[in-house]
Amino acid sequence: MKKAFGPLVVIVGAMFVVAPFLIARAPYESTMGLIQKVFYYHVPSWMAMYSAIAVCGVASALYLFKNNSAADRYAVSAAELAVVFGLMGLITGPLWGRKAWGVWWQWDARLTSALLLELIFVAYLLVRAYGGPGSEKLAAGTALFGAATTPFVYYSVDIWRTVHPKTSVVPTLKPDMGIPFAFCSVAFILLFVVLLQLRLNLAERQTALDELYLAHEESS
Amino acid sequence: MSVRRILIAASSWLLLAAPVFAVQPPPGQSEFVPVETLPPSEQLPAAPYLIAAYAFVWIAVMFYLWTIWRRLNRVEADMRALEQKTTRR
Repeated sequence: MKKAFGPLVVIVGAMFVVAPFLIARAPYESTMGLIQKVFYYHVPSWMAMYSAIAVCGVASALYLFKNNSAADRYAVSAAELAVVFGLMGLITGPLWGRKAWGVWWQWDARLTSALLLELIFVAYLLVRAYGGPGSEKLAAGTALFGAATTPFVYYSVDIWRTVHPKTSVVPTLKPDMGIPFAFCSVAFILLFVVLLQLRLNLAERQTALDELYLAHEESS
Repeated sequence: MSVRRILIAASSWLLLAAPVFAVQPPPGQSEFVPVETLPPSEQLPAAPYLIAAYAFVWIAVMFYLWTIWRRLNRVEADMRALEQKTTRR
């Protein structure tokens, strides 16, 4: 992965340079017009968040049941990225909603559950930061809870009556809109992979520093 | 008889006139409607929201990269300080 990191950064950079041109060429949606183009960043940011939650959930399960410390580093890195990408979704969504619905926010099933999901992973980071010794296990349990909640957030638009567009929008996109959307989705997923690698590197250095401190204390 | 004729003429005129008035174009604009009276969804231009959404994503990525760089620098500095302490002994 370390060998592929450089080319991956170049690919992601190039994709984000090309993306605005594809988005600009995509047709306007009939009822929402220009503001619908927020969609090309808004939905992929949620896709990247769901990917981060999947990584965090699997890594947390590995840490809880196998006591794998490398998995714990993956979990904390992915949880941080889940919060970052979730924040992107939570900010870009109301900017779209203000024009499309006339309001910044609606306390409907999708928006509320998405906010709660973000808060679960903020809670994960707070537990890690201030929970003291043994907080890793408690945080891993929180991550599993968050991962189990995610399908309900995704399908909330189909289960409950909500102002938010349904999950059927993406599969039924016309090619003019579908191609830029797929391109942006891949770009966001690759951006997540790049940021995860950078955050993992930091987690590994922090572990090395902790080991150095322990060795230093033992020798003194 | 004359009353009957008058009634027929009047009702014919009304019946014929109704469709003619019905297809009249709408009256010209008598006043300019201030934009504040329109529904909010029609008042707001979309571009600033779109630009704000895209800009926020980039600011968030840049800020996150900066926090990683800062934390990494702090860890590296701590490691160097600890190594120096160890070698001094």
